[in-house]
Amino acid sequence: MRLKTLNFGLGEYGMVLALIGLCVLFSVLTLNRQPGEGIAAEMELTKVVLDQFPTEGVVLVVGAENTSSATMAENVYASVVSANRENVRMVVGGPRDLRDALDGLFAESGRLAGIVTGGDASKWLVLEQIDQNYPAFESFEIVVPREKLWPDFLKASNLLAIVERIVVIAIIAIGMTMVIITAGIDLSVGSLIALSAVIGATVVKHMGGPEAAGWVVVLGFFAGTISCGLIGMFAGGLVSRFKVAAFIVTLGIMMMARGLAFMTTGGFSIDQVPDSFVWLAQGKLWGIPNTVILLALVYSTAHVFMSHTRYGRYIYAVGGNAEAARLTGVPVGTVIVLVYTVSGLTAGLGGCLQASLVRAAAPNMANMYELYVIAAVVVGGTSLSGGSGRMFGTLIGAFIIAVIQNGMNLLGIKSYAQMFTLGAIIVLAVLLDKARQNGGFRRLLRGR
Amino acid sequence: MPANVADSLTPVLEMKEIVKTFPGVKALKAVSLKLKKGEALGLVGENGAGKSTLIKTLGGVHLPESGEIRVGGQCVSLNTPSISQSHGIAIIYQEFNLAPNLTSSENLFLGREVTRNGFINHRREEDLTRELFYRLGMDIDPRAKCGDLTVAEQQTVEIARALAADAQIIVMDEPTAALSKQEVDKLLAIIEDLKREGISIIYISHRLEEVFAIADRITVLRDGESVGESATADLSKNQLIEWMVGRPMEEEFPKRKVGRGPVCLKVEGLSRGCAVQDVSFELHEGEVLGLAGLVGSGRTETARLLFGADPADSGSIFLKGAKIDLGNPRDSIRRGICLLTEDRKEQGLILIHSSVENFGLPNLKEFQENGFISQGAEVEAFKGYVNSLKIRLSNPSRKVVELSGGNQQKVVIAKWIHRNADIFIFDEPTRGIDVGAKYEIYLLINQLVKGGKSVLLISSELPEVIGMSDRIIVMKEGRIQGEVNDAQRASQEEVLELALGEQVLAR
Repeated sequence: MRLKTLNFGLGEYGMVLALIGLCVLFSVLTLNRQPGEGIAAEMELTKVVLDQFPTEGVVLVVGAENTSSATMAENVYASVVSANRENVRMVVGGPRDLRDALDGLFAESGRLAGIVTGGDASKWLVLEQIDQNYPAFESFEIVVPREKLWPDFLKASNLLAIVERIVVIAIIAIGMTMVIITAGIDLSVGSLIALSAVIGATVVKHMGGPEAAGWVVVLGFFAGTISCGLIGMFAGGLVSRFKVAAFIVTLGIMMMARGLAFMTTGGFSIDQVPDSFVWLAQGKLWGIPNTVILLALVYSTAHVFMSHTRYGRYIYAVGGNAEAARLTGVPVGTVIVLVYTVSGLTAGLGGCLQASLVRAAAPNMANMYELYVIAAVVVGGTSLSGGSGRMFGTLIGAFIIAVIQNGMNLLGIKSYAQMFTLGAIIVLAVLLDKARQNGGFRRLLRGR
Repeated sequence: MPANVADSLTPVLEMKEIVKTFPGVKALKAVSLKLKKGEALGLVGENGAGKSTLIKTLGGVHLPESGEIRVGGQCVSLNTPSISQSHGIAIIYQEFNLAPNLTSSENLFLGREVTRNGFINHRREEDLTRELFYRLGMDIDPRAKCGDLTVAEQQTVEIARALAADAQIIVMDEPTAALSKQEVDKLLAIIEDLKREGISIIYISHRLEEVFAIADRITVLRDGESVGESATADLSKNQLIEWMVGRPMEEEFPKRKVGRGPVCLKVEGLSRGCAVQDVSFELHEGEVLGLAGLVGSGRTETARLLFGADPADSGSIFLKGAKIDLGNPRDSIRRGICLLTEDRKEQGLILIHSSVENFGLPNLKEFQENGFISQGAEVEAFKGYVNSLKIRLSNPSRKVVELSGGNQQKVVIAKWIHRNADIFIFDEPTRGIDVGAKYEIYLLINQLVKGGKSVLLISSELPEVIGMSDRIIVMKEGRIQGEVNDAQRASQEEVLELALGEQVLAR
């Protein structure tokens, strides 16, 4: 009976359920007291200053530079001043700036009414030691916004980290899904990441380096991506024309591309790039991170292509039965060249993203990424024997891998144990997929 | 009562009220059968009647939900194939279970190797193999790789393997589907010998003549139930067909009026290696041209050349008077030639995809709007054919593998009709299809030629070629051996003599 319910969850949406389940699990496990932030916290602090602190004393609004607490301090200061409260001073900077402010107040023998602060600034040692160091100040209060209970996992910064962690793999997984649906495999993508990144960075380096213009960066990324697309086309040609096993062809190209990457830079990494280099992976458009926009864009395009166009259907047909497809008039050779070209292009784009994320390109980057990409595709429910698979399944698969890695990081699990767990999850996912195809666990366990 | 008489009275195998369901389908509702020692039992029924499922429960592949299996009077539960084998049951499936890169003797003793001091004793294995082959009256080299053997020889290896495992019950599933006439006769002789040795046979076949020739009793399955059982001597062919289809049988081949039009396809000197040599013929509009010959005579190869599936060495093809060069299937399809392959499952359909996807594959351009496929239009078009061709399916988006052979064939026909093909090459269109569905396929062929289409019909079943064709050309060893102009009046002997060649005539 229990097995039956489990089977139910394995349907079309089984992987989505698994992903949601993981998110809930990690949310519960990382539930934590979070310092107050945002508008609610600012309003709370403003109210404290206006209502609770004696008007004759000086109020310090403290924030740590370059953190969210600085923004908070500025906003609180602005609203307190606009409410005509006098004797308010804003301190945004480091602990030393706070000490200077206190020294100044002491020197003019003023009276301290209270301090409002939050975030990182609230942890400064100076705050705790005011009683000992400045015995002259009496009956003042230090107020921080109320803490709230919220999972570390669901913090905006963490969710963005998950997207950044997976965006490269997820985008390359699009090409890989197409290749695997034709019953092929592309082992070269990891090396193509490095090659694309190195080509892009080399172009930028030779056309201005750190002072290069924005269009040069675009040109570099373009060159990297197109080169990888051509290499993919070459691999596809070998697979379709000479009927060489894709595994071998792409294994060879994997080594050739890695070698080319090292040859291009002479083995060094390249970081002579302008600030605009990081825009692709770290910038924002309309307040949304570029990575998120890019993922949504390429995945919707790929989904529509696979399910609503002629060549999408041909890809499934070639993987389902190449000979039957040929005898039905499907241009099998063209389809195979197409999927490997797309795989090369997505790997190239992934390489640009990776370089943009780390603001450098190294010939040894993205080692073993092909295996993560294949894992994402397989966890997403695409069958290695070809003919079936869904783009959104792959996206879910990539996120499952990223969420598991991220969750384990948050829980402080050591990296060796993480590697073990990830491997086990991939094996489990494939078993679940088999069970779904065979119509249940019981039959899977019986061995047929 | 003497022991041997008691032996012959207790059935060696008894299956009672076997029930097996798959998700959504009740494959076996209540099937019972008995098998006596040294007897051949014919098991017949249309596709989907449950024969294969029943055999798989016997082979330990499927576990029945209820029912009882007794071997030699003992109640057994056959949970795995190896338990089934240990009870002396051997099953020879349609697709052989031989490793093509191992020799026949290695295959024979696979998993049961004869060893000496822990090492395989090859010489002893080969001797035993030779002995078994001798017993079966076949001369096969024990060291020949199974992949190099003919189908008939591979079958002998399978039977020998059953004997090597000391099987008392041998089940043969469609053993003659790919055999020539002589090979079939040989197989039937082997079965007679096995019966004499006291081995019991369950013989499954679509070819009723064979079943009548070899079986002592016949059990008929329909829709997962055993609907009839009789000694062969007391059973008429009509009664048997009535049991199978559940209604009295009409004439075997539907009649049609011949309305032959002008020549639409002319082939001259088509050749490819030894398989096809200097083949020339003409095909008219509104005509069914039969292409007869033994298996391996070059019929399928000729069809594949016409369709562009293989490249020809030489020869020319004229379509409506204009010379064309056929490069690949894509070009042929564009010119209105289509091929219904003999191997539906390997070459005709993508089994893991739905029937509507299979139907749509060559027609996608038509369902496109602004570059995007309208799935609504595709399903709508397919539903029209589901009605007009009487395709029986629960849901067009279910996988085509779930359909019966006849309905699969109709899906293939539908996709080509919708592609608006003019020339239909049917290669063994009714292979593995049950009697009722065969008749519907014949009706479809008649409908096509009535609409002015041309049909090239390849079939190993002589009555079918003769019954369906207007003219017949007969091939032998890659060449056209002769032509029968009035197929309706031709006799099987006439065609067979052409197919076998002069030496038979001379004898």
